[in-house]
This record gives sequence, C-alpha cells and structure tokens, in this order.
Amino acid sequence: MISELLNDPETRVILCCGSGGVGKTTTAAAIALKAAEQGRKTVVLTIDPARRLAQALGLNELSFEPRAVKDVSNLYAMQLDMKRTFDEIVLTHADAKRARTILENPFYISLSSSFAGTQEYMAMEKLGQLLASKEWDLIVVDTPPSRSALDFLDAPARLGSFLDGRLIKFLTTPAKAGGWALTRILNAGIQLFASTVSKILGGEFLADISAFVAALDSVFGGFRKRADETYKLLKAPGSAFIVVAIPERDPIREAEFFIERLLSEGMPLAGVIVNRVSPTLAPLTIAASKELSKGASPELMAALELHMENLRVKSNEDRLIKAIKSPALLRIEDAGAEISDLAGLRSINLSGNSL
Amino acid sequence: MSPAPRLHVVTGKGGTGKTTLAAALALSFAQAGAKTLLLEVEGRAGLAPLFGRGDLPYQEVEIAENLWGMSVDPREALLEYIEMYYKAGAAGRALAKFGVIDFATTIAPGLRDVLLTGKAYEAVRRRPGKKSGSTFEGPWVYDAVVMDAPPTGRIGKFLDINAQLASLAKVGPIRKQAESISELMHSEMTTVHIVTLPEEMPIQESLEAITELRCLGIQVGHVFVNQMHEEKEFGTFSDLIDSAIATALRTEVDRYRKRVTRQQEQLKLLKNFDVIEIAHMGEEISFEILEFIATGLREA
Repeated sequence: MISELLNDPETRVILCCGSGGVGKTTTAAAIALKAAEQGRKTVVLTIDPARRLAQALGLNELSFEPRAVKDVSNLYAMQLDMKRTFDEIVLTHADAKRARTILENPFYISLSSSFAGTQEYMAMEKLGQLLASKEWDLIVVDTPPSRSALDFLDAPARLGSFLDGRLIKFLTTPAKAGGWALTRILNAGIQLFASTVSKILGGEFLADISAFVAALDSVFGGFRKRADETYKLLKAPGSAFIVVAIPERDPIREAEFFIERLLSEGMPLAGVIVNRVSPTLAPLTIAASKELSKGASPELMAALELHMENLRVKSNEDRLIKAIKSPALLRIEDAGAEISDLAGLRSINLSGNSL
Repeated sequence: MSPAPRLHVVTGKGGTGKTTLAAALALSFAQAGAKTLLLEVEGRAGLAPLFGRGDLPYQEVEIAENLWGMSVDPREALLEYIEMYYKAGAAGRALAKFGVIDFATTIAPGLRDVLLTGKAYEAVRRRPGKKSGSTFEGPWVYDAVVMDAPPTGRIGKFLDINAQLASLAKVGPIRKQAESISELMHSEMTTVHIVTLPEEMPIQESLEAITELRCLGIQVGHVFVNQMHEEKEFGTFSDLIDSAIATALRTEVDRYRKRVTRQQEQLKLLKNFDVIEIAHMGEEISFEILEFIATGLREA
C-alpha cells in the first residue's frame, strides 16, 4: 500500500489521520523518510511531535519552516505553530497599523491560540501554502491530536462558516449605517438579542468581537471560501489519506467513522495502518498449550500461561482488525519501545503485505 | 482538618483509559454508599456503553445504584442559563437564530468551559430543595461529583476558567459565575486525578500536567497508572519439547520481562506522587470489569 503510493509520481500529499495516541506522527515520519530515501524531495508537517522524535528530526521550538533533516538527503521536517501561522496571515494581508489592532485584540488572542478548530484550519492553511510553493515532490501531513479524527475534516469549515455566518455579518455592519436595524421585520428580535448578549457578556465583549471581526474580515476575505478551497485540495488527484489506528475498540471505531466519512465525501482513502499489533507468537493453539502443560515443569507451565494470554489478546485484536473495511491494510508490530530515532523509523516495515 | 474533596476531576492523555477510570472511580464512591454524579463534558458518549446504555442525556439519570450520570452539552447549558437568569425564552430562540449559541459554544473556548464546569459547580453545591448558592446548611444532594474532563493537554486551561475568560468577558453574570467556579476549582473541595500508562510519553505528559496544575494552585489527587502488567516469576524451563516452539515461547517470556522492566522504570518517575496501579485487563471493559476496578479502587 505505501510502496504503491510512493512509487506513483502523481502522489503529492499523504495525510495521516486517526484518533490521539495511535502513533500518527511516527507513521507520518516513517513514510516521509522512506519517500526521501527513494529520492523524492519530501517535507513532513508535524503538529505536536514527542520530544525525542522531534530531536531525531532535528526540530526545535523554532522550526516553523521546513528544515533539512540531518543525515538524510531530500527529507525536510517542520512543526505547525497555529498562532504563528494565524499571525502570518494577518501580517501578510494587513498594513502594519491594522495588523497590530488585530493581533492585540483579546478575542483574536483567544481564537488564535486556543480555539479547538484553529489548529485544523491552520494545518490546512499550511498545507495549502506548501502545495502552492511547488517546491515539494511529496508533503506528508500529521493531523492535529484531536480526540476525533473527523475534526480534521470538520473544524476548518466550522471555523469558516462561523466567521462568515449571520452573527458576524450582523455584528460587523456598522451601527451608524443603521445596521443594527438591518431588517425591520427582525428588529424586535435583534433588540432583544443585542440586549441579552450585553447583559450576559458585558457590552465590551460585543465591542471587542465586533472590532475584531471587522478588522479580520477585511484581511481574510471569505474564511469559508478559503476553507472550502483547501478542502477541495484534499479531494484532488494526488492526495491520499492513510487512517492510523491501534487494535483497541475505540481507536478502531474512530477509524471506521473516518473511513465511512472519506468514502461518503469521495475522498481518496489509500488504506489503514494498524500500529502496535501483537508480535508473532509461538505456533501453538490454546488446546495444544493445555495439552503440553500436562506434566510440564512449573517454569514451562508459566510460559504456557503467558502464551495463552497472548493468544487471547491477539485473537481479540484480529477480530477488531477484520471488521475494518478498507481497500488496503497494513499491520505494524509493536516495537516494544518508543521509536525515537531515524533507525527506529527505518525499522518500521511499511512494505508489509496488505490484508 | 480540611474537608475531603467532593469534586473529582479525572484527566489523562488520550488513550490512557481516562473515561473508564472516571466511571470506575464514580462507581467506587457509589458502592461505598455515597450518592454520586458522573459528568461527561465532551459529548463523545464514551461513558454510556460502560453502563449498558446508548447514550447519556442532558439530565441526571440513574445509571447504577447510588450513581447518576449526565452528559453536559454546552449549547443546552447556555440555553438553560439564559432561561434561568433572564426568563427569556424568546431571547434564547433569537440567540439560537443568530448563531450566538454556536458562537459561545465553539469559538469562545473560555465561555464554553464556563458552561461545562458550571454544571459541576452547581451539582457540587446543590442542597435538597434549595437552589445552588443558598446559605442553607444541610446535607448535600451529592456526596461526590466525578467529571470525565478534557485530556491532560488542555486540563490546565479548562480548569483555570477565570484567567481564560478574563480578557473576553470583563463584566456581567458570566464573569461572576466564572469567578465562583474558579474559587471552587482552587479550593480543597476539588481534586484532579491523572490517568496514565506506564509508558514514556503518557508519563511525561502527566508530569507536565501535574506541574501546570500545581502552578495554578489546583490540588492534584491520585495518579492512576492503568494497564499495569504484573510482575511474574519465570524460571528457565528445560522440558523436552519441540525446539522451535521452545524458542518462540522463550521469546514471549523475554518480551514480557522487558515490558515489566520498562514499566517499572517509568513508574519510578512517579515515586513522589500518590500512585494507584490498575492491572491490565486484557479484554474490553464491560460493566463487570468496571465493578472489579471500582472494588479495587475502594480498597486502595
């Protein structure tokens, strides 16, 4: 599955998605490394790499632009800093004075650093920028560590539609121009609405958000439009989704939701990678183990007990994995230790057989 | 003597079993005879299946003996809030129409968190027959409230409501409510339990969360180390069996030993904390398993 993807020169973007804690970043890094070693100029965009993996990729707190990974030609890595990406958009599109007004607005600070969807929006934004630069043969994206993999698809549109929504239009229509009485029929409702907002949140809140949105709107044009455009990029030929999971109930369920969604949206699912699968066990069924334990030494008995427990875990895993409906599926055995260097990434067997 | 905490906030890195432990902790209180409320705040319906239900509604329902559960939805909470303070049904509908509800619940995170924690605040302080905030000194409605909270990466921000909201809502009732909630979160009534696994990344993240919470002046309770593999004695066997099978079995034993060694090394990093170990269950969490963990927690 991965080999086919990497051998296809048309593949430009690989997105690794899945719920938190399933090894997305490691998987993304391993795919990028393999691509680079095949001679493709590759950048891996990570969101929140574990410290030691970040070190292995030569990333530090300041790596917000692609940086060459030491000792690997063609491989570049970068981290997403959502606030910085947001700030950059503001600084590129607004004059200095206007930019400052926006950057200092309390609402902007909150939105740019802590809104749950900002990270996803900015990851898409960064991906768009990387693609537009035409510098890369391949971009591998590690999606944000949200609880649900679906957030990656939904959050940008949610942020976009909010910022383009009726409330914002209403708030940004200058009061002087009679905007607050925009539609006469709705007038009473609006009055009630405005007074309730002021009562609950304080008048200043309205003023702040209003100022923020007015300034931002002129900078960004349509948020929604922007989000939609990046969304389309994901459907374009050359993009491929890899769904990452581990063989436990909840991550597999998340993976299944995500696969259904990709299919219903006509998005290109390349396959599923299941990390941390039990390693190969002794070729001995539970029945045979029981048979063997008759008359066995206490030491062998203990080993057989462990083996039978391992068999039960493995059969549970198999049952979960078999339920996944995917064109291709790759199992990665549990490495036993955390992967934190290039050698570890290389040891991940991505060319394993499908299904 | 300081009063025992009554609000138990359970957090942990994704995939560590935070929801299971929140449920088990609540169940252990309920088993001990304490009337307990279990709150879910992220609307992911993770709790319901543990109690054999499809989902949890936005209202308190009895899910086991002595145990009530509900899923706090920020939209519902805001509408309820508006109703409560303003008797403004029409305004509520207008707000919904203009997207203010979406605004509050998605884009202003501080506000959303006030609404989510607000329910816990109200439940912890509820007295029979009285509204919250009354000075009536009687028994509490709930002896304990357990919250399945956001993951460790966001927990500091989530609980430090006041700081979060400070720059957004400067006056008004939401602001006042945030201050009251903040007071509760920083008091001895509240304790935060961390769920982790005996592995490098979850332990690191837990240590960071503990430091952050302590800096904020929020009390840290137990550290639940989930999925612990027990130390077992394995001697070297010399039975006459097929050599390929013998080698493979030895590999399995060896792998297990290494795993336990790694796990013990990680556990050492937590030696200064109140650690409770939970055994690896090796199967899906059912209500029976949940009861088993709860019983273990009571004894710990």
